[in-house]
Amino acid sequence: MSTQLLLDGVNRSFDGFKAINDLSLAVEKGELRAIIGPNGAGKTTMMDIITGKTRPDTGRVMWNQSVDLTRTDEAGSARLGIGRKFQKPTVFETQTVEDNIALALKEDRSVWATLFHRRSAEDTRRIGELLELVKLSHVAGWMAGDLSHGQKQWLEIGMLLAQDPELLLVDEPAAGMTDAETMRTAELLRQIAGRHTVIVVEHDMDFVRALDCRVTVLHQGHVLAEGSLDHVSANEQVIEVYLGR
Amino acid sequence: MLNLVDRRMGIFLAGLFLLTVAIPVGNLAMAGQPVPSYIVALLGKYLCYALLAVALDLVWGYCGILSLGHGAFFALGGYAMGMHLMREIGARGVYANPVLPDFMVFLNWDSLPWYWLGFDMFGFALAMALLVPGLLAFVFGWFAFRSRVTGVYLSIITQAMTYALMLAFFRNEMGFGGYNGLTDFKDVLGFSLQADSTRAGLFVLSALALAAGLLVSKAITSSKLGKVLIAIRDAESRTRFIGYRVEEYKLFVFVVSAMMAGLAGALYVPQVGIINPGEFSPANSIGIVIWVALGGRGTLVGAAMGAIIVGIAQTLFTSWFPELWLFALGGLFVFVTIFLPDGVLGLIESRLGRKAGPGAAAKEASA
Repeated sequence: MSTQLLLDGVNRSFDGFKAINDLSLAVEKGELRAIIGPNGAGKTTMMDIITGKTRPDTGRVMWNQSVDLTRTDEAGSARLGIGRKFQKPTVFETQTVEDNIALALKEDRSVWATLFHRRSAEDTRRIGELLELVKLSHVAGWMAGDLSHGQKQWLEIGMLLAQDPELLLVDEPAAGMTDAETMRTAELLRQIAGRHTVIVVEHDMDFVRALDCRVTVLHQGHVLAEGSLDHVSANEQVIEVYLGR
Repeated sequence: MLNLVDRRMGIFLAGLFLLTVAIPVGNLAMAGQPVPSYIVALLGKYLCYALLAVALDLVWGYCGILSLGHGAFFALGGYAMGMHLMREIGARGVYANPVLPDFMVFLNWDSLPWYWLGFDMFGFALAMALLVPGLLAFVFGWFAFRSRVTGVYLSIITQAMTYALMLAFFRNEMGFGGYNGLTDFKDVLGFSLQADSTRAGLFVLSALALAAGLLVSKAITSSKLGKVLIAIRDAESRTRFIGYRVEEYKLFVFVVSAMMAGLAGALYVPQVGIINPGEFSPANSIGIVIWVALGGRGTLVGAAMGAIIVGIAQTLFTSWFPELWLFALGGLFVFVTIFLPDGVLGLIESRLGRKAGPGAAAKEASA
C-alpha cells in the first residue's frame, strides 16, 4: 500500500482565525477513513484545500507522492481523480437523473470534445450500472429536482463514482437521512472503499461506527487523535472537546 | 440535423418560412402592392432583433450569464457594416471625396485612419461584423470569467462596457462619425438601398440568419455541451468539482453569442439606414433582456417571439400614444415576471398541456 494523500504541516487562517493549524494527515490507497470533530474544527476547510478551492498559507499537500495539490483548481483536482460530495446534496435539478450521471462520466472535459460528444453504448452501459448501484434505475428519467433528499444524496454519490475517482471526499452524507438510509449509505461506502480511497467527514456517531474504519479526530484545525473508534473514544482530550459535550 | 427541429422549433420555422415567401411576393409581385414597402423594412428590423434575442437567450437562458451589454455587440456589428456602406458611397457624398466619408472631410482629415482600411471590401466588413464583437467578448469574458465574476456583478460590468463604448463612439476623434454616426448610405454590393427589391432581399437574408441562428443555438444547447451549460447555470461549483473548467464553457458560449449579435447588427443597419452611438445605450441592452423574459427564457424560439411581439407593440404604441410606450413596456415586464415566469411561449404551451422552459422544472423542484 502506498500513500494516496498526504497533508504535511498545513496552515490556513482567515482574518487571523486559524482554521487549519499545523495539520498533518496521511491516507493510504484504498483506505476508508472517517474524520470527526466539533463544528469549526476545520473539516470543510481541509476539504477545500485538498480540492484546490482554498490555498494553504504554508505546508504541503501531496497527491500520490508526486503531484502538488496546492497548485490545482477545483476542475484540476477533479481531473486528477478527486471527487467531492457536498454536505447539502448538490445535483443538477433541471436535468434528468440519467443526464446527471452522464455529465459526471469520466470523459474528455474540453469544450470541443463536449460539443461534438456522442453517447456510446459503453457510456449507456456505465450509466445503467451506476444507476443500479445507487438504486435509482426506476427514476432514471425523472428530473433530479423531483427526487427525495436521500435519493439526491445517492445520486450525488453516483455522480462521484461516475468520475471513477481515486479518492472520494464525502461531507456529512448521513445528514438529514432516516436511520435506514443512513445504514444503507454506510454499507455503500464500505462497498466502494478498497477500489477507491474514501474520506468521510461525519458528525453522526452511529454512522461512523457502521463505517467500521480508522477515525481521525480534528480539533481547532489540528489532529487530536487517530485510531479505531474505540481507541479515540477512550482518549481523554477527545472526550473533553467533543464526545463529552 | 432533423432532430434539432422539435415541435416548437418546427412551428416557428414554418411560420418564418411562410412570412419569408409571402412578404416579398406581396410587396414585389402582386398588383396593388398589398404589402407596403415600409412594412418590409419594419419586419426585417424585427427579425434582426429576434436574432439578437436568441443570442442573449443562449447565454442567459442556458448558462445563466445575464448580460446587460449585448447591445454593444449588436452595435459593433452594425458599425462594421455601416463602415462598408460609407465606403460604398464613394464620390457621391456631399463633398464628393472618393475615399473619405463626408464626416472626415468635415473634420479636415486628409487620409483614412488605419482601422478603416479594408472596409471597402464587403467580405472583410462582414467578417469584421462577426470578429470584432467576438474578440471583444473573448477579451472581456476571459478576464471576467477567470476572475469568477458572476451574477449581479457581471451584469453591472457588462452594462459599464456598453456605456463606455457609447461614450467613446460619441467622440468625433474616434473616427466613427461621432454623435451623428454613419448614415446616408446609397447602396450595398451595387444594389440601391432605396429599391424595394433590395429591401425585400435584406428581409429574406434576415429571416435566413434568424433561422440559422436558431438552429446553431439549438445544436449547441442540445449537445452535451448544452447540458454542461445548464449545469453551470444551476450549480456552478458542482460543475467545477466534477472537472469542467467553467470559465472555458462560459467563454465559448459568450463569444458565439456575441458573434450572433454582431451578425444581427450587420443586417439591421442597411435596413434602417443609420447607425449611431445611441445603439450602445444601456437602455437598449436592458430592452433585449425584456424581450427574452417576455417570450420565454431558455427556449430560443420564445426569445425570438418576444423580440417580435415587443417590436410590433412598440411600433403600434408609439404611433397611438407615443408618451406612454415606456410605461407600457415597464408594466408588461412586471406583469410577465409575476404572472408568466415562463413567458408567452410558456403560457401558450401550458394551455396546450405541455411543459416549457427551465421555469417549469424549477418550479417543480422547489415544490
